[in-house]
Amino acid sequence: MSTTTPGPLAAIKARYTDLENNYIIRNKQGIPVGIAPHQKWTPWRIVLWVCIALLGAVGWLMLAVIRGEQVNTLWFVVAAVCSYAIAYRFYALFIQRKIMRPDALRATPAERVNNGQDFDPTDRRVLYGHHFAAIAGAGPLVGPVLSAQMGYLPGTIWIIVGVCLAGAVQDMLVLFFSMRRGGRSLGQMAIDEIGKVGGTVAMIGVFIMLMIVLAVLALICVNAMTGSPWSVWSIGLTIPIALLMGLYLRYIRPGKVSEISIIGFVLLILAIISGNWISHSGIANALSLSGVQLSWAVVLYGFFAAVLPVWLLLTPRDYLSTFMKVGTIVILAIGIVAVRPIAQTAAVSTFAHNTAGPVFAGALFPFLFITIACGALSGMHATVASGTTPKMIQKEGQARMIGYGGMLMESFVAIMALAAAVSLNVGTYFAMNTSTATIMTLATKAANDGVQIDQSTGAVYTPGQTVPSGTTTVPVTTDMVKQWTTTIAAGTLASATPAEKSAADDAKAASAAVAVTQLGVVDAKGDRPKVTWDQPESGGATITVYDKAALEQIASDVGEQSIVSRTGGAPTLAVAMANILHRIFGGRAMMSFWYHFAVMFEALFILSAVDAVTRVTRFQLSDAIGNLVPKFKQPSWRIGAWACTAVVVACWGSLLLMGVTDPRGGIQTLYPLFGIANQLIAAIALMIVTVMVTRKGYHKWIWIPIVPLVWDVSTTFTASVQKIFSSDPALGYWKQWSNARAAVTAAAGDPSQLAIANATVRNTFIQGSLSILFLAMSLTVLICAIIRVVNTIKNKDTFTSEDPPVESKLFAPVQFLPSALEKKVEAEFEQVGDPALLAGHVSLKDHEPAAAK
Amino acid sequence: MPVVTQVVRAGKAVAWYVRELMGDTAYQRYLARFAVEHHDHEPLSEREFWRQRIDNQPMDSRCC
Repeated sequence: MSTTTPGPLAAIKARYTDLENNYIIRNKQGIPVGIAPHQKWTPWRIVLWVCIALLGAVGWLMLAVIRGEQVNTLWFVVAAVCSYAIAYRFYALFIQRKIMRPDALRATPAERVNNGQDFDPTDRRVLYGHHFAAIAGAGPLVGPVLSAQMGYLPGTIWIIVGVCLAGAVQDMLVLFFSMRRGGRSLGQMAIDEIGKVGGTVAMIGVFIMLMIVLAVLALICVNAMTGSPWSVWSIGLTIPIALLMGLYLRYIRPGKVSEISIIGFVLLILAIISGNWISHSGIANALSLSGVQLSWAVVLYGFFAAVLPVWLLLTPRDYLSTFMKVGTIVILAIGIVAVRPIAQTAAVSTFAHNTAGPVFAGALFPFLFITIACGALSGMHATVASGTTPKMIQKEGQARMIGYGGMLMESFVAIMALAAAVSLNVGTYFAMNTSTATIMTLATKAANDGVQIDQSTGAVYTPGQTVPSGTTTVPVTTDMVKQWTTTIAAGTLASATPAEKSAADDAKAASAAVAVTQLGVVDAKGDRPKVTWDQPESGGATITVYDKAALEQIASDVGEQSIVSRTGGAPTLAVAMANILHRIFGGRAMMSFWYHFAVMFEALFILSAVDAVTRVTRFQLSDAIGNLVPKFKQPSWRIGAWACTAVVVACWGSLLLMGVTDPRGGIQTLYPLFGIANQLIAAIALMIVTVMVTRKGYHKWIWIPIVPLVWDVSTTFTASVQKIFSSDPALGYWKQWSNARAAVTAAAGDPSQLAIANATVRNTFIQGSLSILFLAMSLTVLICAIIRVVNTIKNKDTFTSEDPPVESKLFAPVQFLPSALEKKVEAEFEQVGDPALLAGHVSLKDHEPAAAK
Repeated sequence: MPVVTQVVRAGKAVAWYVRELMGDTAYQRYLARFAVEHHDHEPLSEREFWRQRIDNQPMDSRCC
């Protein structure tokens, strides 16, 4: 890099060859602002891309076609990375040339406004990090884990193909179009492009959908903390740590962001380590909280986080979260590449074809495509891509790297989460992800199936399996199942004693070990699911433990009371990560640390999404009410701000409480609604993009956004219709509702059954109504968008809501690594560029020894 | 010792990225910019700058 040391202008200009001079784009003042595309195919380049394509093909072949008993999850990573490279190099470039047509001579909003605050031309590599931190959170970690019930193949294909053709395309186009419109938000663009009616419906729809998204995210977090003193302790400590960071930055050393983030990170690790002592101490029982208690805690937290000044809690917690995000990806990648775990699930399980899946109900089409949102296609990204990122981008040409490239990185995280989840023993996976109610149904089935258990060890013997001599077994009976149900119910009461809680954990492990044999799926070897776990013996050898003993051993290894029915995906990923990472870092003694580290970062991502979105939607609500009662628009009016925050928190909080008390397990019933909501936001974003492409006159390329739009609309609408009209009691909310109403009449004499039936009636009614509302709103927006597209084509209307072009005076490379020519032009630009655009632009060079003054 | 140089350079690049990503350099950039803009008042102190920056920060939506 010493070749780019600034020198006299003439010397710099002399370094260009004649050919290079032709490629440099200069504005009217002669300042370089870009480089014309000129890359030629050289033999080496062709060889390189052929190799990438071949390697990717081998990866796909290994996991999709050959797929023996031993599919190494490293192939997931190979197939993904090669596919991403090809999609980025060819498809994203194709879209750039046909639809975006970035103009180096056109100033971006960041360059034009350049106010040093929100409009701030930011180094592309730094902006990539910002953008990624804003789009990625718990979503790409959770969805793939839940989808593993269908086997590893459907999720892998959807994550990789989906991101290349749908998710990354949406992110990039929304980012680009918003950038051409001064960084306008999705809601504003909806009104501008689709019209007042469609735009307003879209905005209200997005608001309601965000509430369900927040509720489910919070539910995942609550489920990860329920009955776990260690998690409650370490996650709870993130609040004082963030407060400390906030105060430090405000009063002690302002601006030392990295410094305090490192201090905060160290404190976070200490919080995790100290959780171990806490879970064995006298206050453990006081921290073993129920789902309802934790839900109220999260609701109160959400309220205060949104009304307190941002510097005190939100900003510092965001710093921590950003820090953890980078760390997580690096650790996950090292784990998968170094350990290279074998996939334990079959390529495609029977739950891909029926609706009996215990994790979420519904067959592969359409439910896979709404279960995995983040990582393949996520509507919420459109709000980020039309938020701060378009206001900070330096050059139009960088939209591909930041929009498309940022989403590829998120997809990579999703693939690694999927690889980790499918490397977990299938029995363990289902024991963790099946709700207590479903476990009892399956255990009852086991009683009829003739399953035997050894009551002293909890070992399970399915019919046909030989019972070792000297083992006394008894058949599973319905009375036994009833006993388990009662014991578990007693242990979940807030008033339960430690002895009752421990009896409940015992019953959970015993029943789950029996239940998983009745799922009707097989693992990679073609066997029924059976919980297995390696237990270390003294002397370094390991023995394999099974069934109930295995579930108890896992819980003890990761420092939890019980790991049964820990639905939501976060604890499953945490066990899977602990199982992978302890083999390279720290051995078995570190397993509980890795488990709680994983739970901690998932909770941190979720909580920062919950309070940031609460805050954003609160402002939207204040603005909307402000149109009727102007006083609400004043940000300084505390009562108004508090009232709006309370409304927003009440919206998602009530859905959260509904989920946590759902008799059939909140994740199983609410997750589809969450997925539908998120993917309908994507549909709305893609509709807006389609209208903008049409109005730009690019009718020929309209299929680029239409392909993902049609796919997204067909999956979300099919899922909504099934959720509303299906007569399958596993699927249809209204079928469940009428069944529950019948149950109310039947349970007239039994108060506990009556309470369950009444709760089911209420919950299914709310869920069914929301499904109808979402479908109706999306349909309205879709019809408005179609009318607009048809009219535009018919009237040959080429109206554009883009800002008028302003000539650019700024040069910056467009890819992550600058080319040789870009480096030369950067050196010239440092001599001739506008000082206001250069000022304080701390480049990487300034930190290098060569440039030290 | 080219290996040492390369390691040092890589370390500096990482440090640069972390500082830029977290926003440590914002005040330096503000001062540099202030110097070329010829204001008729003194620049903000570091403490005051950070206070205003955080208080006026636009709230970004976060994804799941």
